[in-house]
Amino acid sequence: MSTPASTQTFEQLTRKEYEAGFVTDVESEQIPRGLDEDVVRLISRKKEEPEFMLEWRLRAFRHWLTMQEPTWAHVSYPKIDYQDIIYYSAPKKRPALGSLDEVDPEILRTYEKLGIPLEEQKRLANVAVDAVFDSVSVATTFKDKLGAMGVIFCSFSEAVKHHPELVKKYLGSVVPHTDNYFAALNSAVFSDGSFCFVPKGVRCPMELSTYFRINAAETGQFERTLIVAEDDAYVSYLEGCTAPMRDKNQLHAAVVELVALDRAQIKYSTVQNWYPGDKEGRGGIFNFVTKRGLCEGFRSRISWTQVETGSAITWKYPSCILKGDESVGEFYSVAVTNNRQQADTGTKMVHLGKNTKSTIISKGISAGRGQNTYRGLVKVNKGAQNARNYTQCDSLLIGSQCGAHTVPYIEVKNSSAKVEHEASTSKIGEDQLFYCRSRGIPEEDAVSMIVNGFCRKVFKELPMEFAVEAQKLLTVSLEGSVG
Amino acid sequence: MMTPRAPMLEIRGLHARVGEKEILKGIDLLVRPGEVHAIMGPNGSGKSTLSQVLAGRETFEVTKGQVLYEGKDLLALAPEDRAAEGIFLAFQYPVEIPGVGNMHFLRTALNAVKRKHGQEELDAMDFLSLIKEKMKLVEMDQAFMNRPVNEGFSGGEKKRNEILQMAVLDPKLAILDETDSGLDIDALRIVASGVNALRHSDRAMLVITHYQRLLEYIIPDFVHVIAGGRIVKSGDRALAKELEKTGYAWVEGARA
Repeated sequence: MSTPASTQTFEQLTRKEYEAGFVTDVESEQIPRGLDEDVVRLISRKKEEPEFMLEWRLRAFRHWLTMQEPTWAHVSYPKIDYQDIIYYSAPKKRPALGSLDEVDPEILRTYEKLGIPLEEQKRLANVAVDAVFDSVSVATTFKDKLGAMGVIFCSFSEAVKHHPELVKKYLGSVVPHTDNYFAALNSAVFSDGSFCFVPKGVRCPMELSTYFRINAAETGQFERTLIVAEDDAYVSYLEGCTAPMRDKNQLHAAVVELVALDRAQIKYSTVQNWYPGDKEGRGGIFNFVTKRGLCEGFRSRISWTQVETGSAITWKYPSCILKGDESVGEFYSVAVTNNRQQADTGTKMVHLGKNTKSTIISKGISAGRGQNTYRGLVKVNKGAQNARNYTQCDSLLIGSQCGAHTVPYIEVKNSSAKVEHEASTSKIGEDQLFYCRSRGIPEEDAVSMIVNGFCRKVFKELPMEFAVEAQKLLTVSLEGSVG
Repeated sequence: MMTPRAPMLEIRGLHARVGEKEILKGIDLLVRPGEVHAIMGPNGSGKSTLSQVLAGRETFEVTKGQVLYEGKDLLALAPEDRAAEGIFLAFQYPVEIPGVGNMHFLRTALNAVKRKHGQEELDAMDFLSLIKEKMKLVEMDQAFMNRPVNEGFSGGEKKRNEILQMAVLDPKLAILDETDSGLDIDALRIVASGVNALRHSDRAMLVITHYQRLLEYIIPDFVHVIAGGRIVKSGDRALAKELEKTGYAWVEGARA
């Protein structure tokens, strides 16, 4: 709308500062800028890795050298100089992992500022937190309790040390090092991440959670997460991110691999609130993520739920390979772009097994000059008898300078498949806003209400504590963006 | 009759336009507490514009004139502040808000108004007992409350929902914009009896309608005929009956 009052609120809302922007003063240990085989070796050595890991990294690095950065996404950003990035950084004072008392108080304060104190998490939320602070895990909680059930939940580095056979078996089994440019880079230089293994028949009794946080300036983050659920196992994993305010763009290229065996279920939920850059698009995280789940077993099930409100650039397609017969893949997504943010996100559902089912619910919200693209692939292979897919893909525009784009690819090679696709694009209507306001609801609250209503189908997939956080985040991200 | 009470609403020489098009060309109207005024007129005469200008819709620009509400300048207030001051507009076309529960919407609205007046907000339980009471007025059951605002509602359900909102928000000045349009006879009866139950010596109503039919159920104290953006004739209920017979043709002729 173009009325003066609305425009004013629009600007107020879009001017909202990034709330998690601060820098923690912890001495970091860094290696020099740039990337070559020596750097890869150095990373592996610093992490005291076994030979097979170094070999794997080197294979990935050599392959990466042969690849080109992809350009097909609907995003534009200045060219990344991969030689101008520091590929490893770890807090110098690395505490023992026994108790929180031993953790650097600076780090604990950081979490407190973010409103996610570990103590509180432990006591109140019944959440085991594996906190990844600037590439190295500094605290892991609940490990013993989980351990008693046979659940392994630890940093990736620890997994490499203590469970090399599991890492060897599953690392790269879903996202091979050759998969794509950013996955190859990650495979070569990943610093740390989370590892979770839930053995046969175990239902993980609590939500597992990792808070990622980029800290040292200009340090690329290359997280690697691997979750394996054996037969009849269940696990729900929460990933949440905030990053401090920075001037220079920061590269983030994570890889997440999920493996679900017979009748296993993995729920993976993300709230992503990395620094989006300022109003003019300066700074902000470049988020190039490869997330993929393999429904390996019969009736296995993998659900991705994501709420993406941060980052300057988001390039992310959490996917499911439905290999096991009767396996189920789900993707629920809310992506918000405000100011100059750009998001190209969606999913791939690849149906290989018989009677496989997938559901895609995508809600894109664009405000300011944000550009939001849904890109999704539904692929039904020859042998995938009776595959089903339902896709619903909605875009909401706030203001008149943003953009929403939908790029659905559907490839069906089996005639028994049923693939449904619904899409809509709407604007937050002046009539909706006026309706709310005429009932006494102030404009900002009205926007927040309408947007939350738009996202409801996704939010209800989130675990309770995340759903609340996600709604708050959405409101903050969109404050001032009404028109 | 006792001495007339101080006016609640005073419209003086109100002009309003949308874009370059002038729609209201000098409306004068005086409404006192307890009165029900019917505003009738042909399509495009400015009836709905008047209701929306009073509620604060920014699509319309007021170019001239004044609106005093309880002695204060109404036009200076944002729509949400007008609502808080007790103005309610029942929409001709109630708006759908997907994913937002009707109950949640209405409680948010009521609490926003209460907050503005420094009153204690209602929690879910208290609100539930309030709404249960009010739903009886418009013969709605609770299933309505769990559905998204107006989404998938029939025409009649939407209008009943408007009256329910009015009952909950308890306005001083209720403006009903063609509340009868699109209603079958049963829905009309329910809506009208809901409205009548809300008639009160402290509440004024502006009932905007094209047809006389509604006024068989909601008996107005005054009837005004609007045409070409002005009130061209005022009278009592008999005027509405007369219009029923003669139609609006004479009104068109009466335009300046």
